[in-house]
Amino acid sequence: MFNPDDLYILPIDEWIQAAVQWTALHFRPFFTVIKWPVETLLASFEHLLQTIPFPIFVILFSLIAWRLSTRGIAFFCAVSLTFIGFIGVWQEAMTTLALIATAIVLCVIIGIPMGILCARSDRAWNITRPVLDVMQTTPSFVYLVPVVMLFGVGTVPGEVAVIVAALPPLIRFTNLGIRMVNTETVEAGLAFGATSRQLLWEIQLPLATPTILGGLNQTVLTAMVMSVIVAMIGAEGLGLVVLQGLGRLDVGRAAVGGIAIVLLAIMLDRITQSLAKASPGGRRPLTAALLRLVRSERMNLDNSGDLADSRRAAHPGS
Amino acid sequence: MNRIRIERLYKIFGDAPKRAFDMLAAGSGKDAVLATTGHVVALNDVNIEVPAGSIFMIMGLSGSGKSTLARCINRLIEPSAGSILLDGENMLKANDAQLREIRRTRISMVFQHFALLPNRTVLENAEFGLKLRGVPIDVRRNKAREVLSIVGLSAWENKYPSALSGGMRQRVGLARALATDADVLIMDEAFSALDPLIRGEMQDELLRLQRVLQKTILFITHDFQEALKLGNRIAIMSDGAVVQEGTPQEIVAAPQNDYVAAFTRDIDRARVFDATAAMVEEHPLIMDTKGSLEAGGAAAPGRFVINPQGRILGVISEEGARIHVGAPLNGGALSQNFATVSASAKLIEVAGACRGNRPVAVVDDEGKYRGRVDPSQLLACIASQPATAQPKGIHP
Ligand SMILES: Nc1ncnc2c1ncn2[C@@H]1O[C@H](COP(=O)(O)OP(=O)(O)O)[C@@H](O)[C@H]1O
Ligand SMILES: [Mg+2]
Repeated sequence: MFNPDDLYILPIDEWIQAAVQWTALHFRPFFTVIKWPVETLLASFEHLLQTIPFPIFVILFSLIAWRLSTRGIAFFCAVSLTFIGFIGVWQEAMTTLALIATAIVLCVIIGIPMGILCARSDRAWNITRPVLDVMQTTPSFVYLVPVVMLFGVGTVPGEVAVIVAALPPLIRFTNLGIRMVNTETVEAGLAFGATSRQLLWEIQLPLATPTILGGLNQTVLTAMVMSVIVAMIGAEGLGLVVLQGLGRLDVGRAAVGGIAIVLLAIMLDRITQSLAKASPGGRRPLTAALLRLVRSERMNLDNSGDLADSRRAAHPGS
Repeated sequence: MNRIRIERLYKIFGDAPKRAFDMLAAGSGKDAVLATTGHVVALNDVNIEVPAGSIFMIMGLSGSGKSTLARCINRLIEPSAGSILLDGENMLKANDAQLREIRRTRISMVFQHFALLPNRTVLENAEFGLKLRGVPIDVRRNKAREVLSIVGLSAWENKYPSALSGGMRQRVGLARALATDADVLIMDEAFSALDPLIRGEMQDELLRLQRVLQKTILFITHDFQEALKLGNRIAIMSDGAVVQEGTPQEIVAAPQNDYVAAFTRDIDRARVFDATAAMVEEHPLIMDTKGSLEAGGAAAPGRFVINPQGRILGVISEEGARIHVGAPLNGGALSQNFATVSASAKLIEVAGACRGNRPVAVVDDEGKYRGRVDPSQLLACIASQPATAQPKGIHP
């Protein structure tokens, strides 16, 4: 008799349902507009990845990995991809990759400009920061609720959830990277008569690049994790393999999906991490300078709460 | 001619400086204003004039407002009140576009920690200011190479700053500042981050460059030795105000308060004062064209004899002391046993010229007689303590 359910239940669920339905009804064109680029881009990536023959994709991907990082990582990619191909989840892996690729493209297009805006305007940052905080502390599972209500179920709504979850680290790191650029160096730009655009392109962005790439790494990992979770709202890909395996108590099938996910995650992490550590090409003298830069900034970063937040939030599912 | 003239300049950090101003006007100090209003008075009624082509030092302890003053001049920091005239134009009236133009062409800056771009080569760093201005690539490359050769870094143009030592990095910083051909150079603690040995080298290098380039340099430092070595004039700051301004010699000779005296106390005067400080303006004897002395006092031994153009002919010898005014001098009456020092020579060199009872004359740049060195005054100069800082317990 002391169970609160017996006394009174605040009908929050009904209120929220009503609010979301109202939003969905009155802002339908808005959501359609949002959905369109996601859908188009996702379809193109999916088409591309499913069309390229398996061996050619393995070779291409490994070559790109070699260009962007090291020979060792490229070799690891070749082996892992071949393995994924031969455990029978190639198509699902490509779908997951398409989900992640779409998320990367859209996150970069949205996140970097937003990060720049936040870095240049304290007011923008003061508004954005609490939103990011909430987004990053919310378990990714919870994202699925409004997404389903506003966008429905399936792969495209899943992709929307992936993008929303993967966006915060990139905004945060871009903002942080630009704000952390040494004050004297910024002063030097101004003292020699830089316009604010020149300041951004000549000084702030180049010096913030390693940090921004660190943010990209977090974004990619978040997208990877989220692309698995959205299987619960009907998105296709490796997540669905696991989910179906579990549903049918087919542990073997679920494990196969799991192995493919882990391999894919390691590949993407290693590649984007070495991107943040060295510039593309990796053999130019620029690398040395950037390397030193990254190291010292990493040390600064470790002391700042921002990074800890982003790291925590980068693995929302774990 | 004054290149920069700063009048009644104030900078108060905080968002409502009105009350702080009222307190300053009522005679309160920096600490009282901070305690009452929470506002920092970084500059408090600064007035200075920087002559064109000179090195003007701004010296003071940390927190005295030196960097703020330097940054107000090119408006990296916006002053709260006052005026800054650059060649007579008020910098504070310039709009954004005009300000950028001034920063690109008329004022450049060298930073304490060099502020080079790590992702660009030495050459690209040197041409940075010109790139911002939109100078075509081959023109600015040529200019950058030219200034790099001036600072002795030609061989390094394709290296990255990380490959350079601290002294070399600051040379790149200097090259970047010189490349824009700005007449005014602001150097904020430019050598403070360098090892003492390298710092000395860079100071010599700056003096060498300055002899050729004749820039107007505003050099910030907390090192009084550096101020004395480099400065044509020195302004000493404390709590945002200039407490004394003058040539190095003026400041060391007469520090106006204990704060300044604390810096000057241990200074080696022999290296700061020039020969004029130990000079007595004794009138020389003038020999007319016929070879006889004009009126001008007794021909005592050791007195200098000059020709009507002011050149020194010699000193009166023991034998010459018997010659009367108006009589021709014979051969043995003039001795060549004397030395000359330039008026700008430091006392340390003057002391080296004083040997036995040999008379020493001070001559100007053209070699004309100005006076004689009095050895006892020379010693007094080197030994004397400023009036405000009489050491206690020393009995002569
Ligand atoms: N942005 C700022 N906000 C508030 N106070 C400042 C700021 N910059 C400098 N100050 C204060 O102004 C005073 C002068 O600083 P600064 O010009 O940097 O001194 P210096 O270069 O002589 O060491 C100091 O008391 C410092 O704390
Ligand atoms: Mg300073």
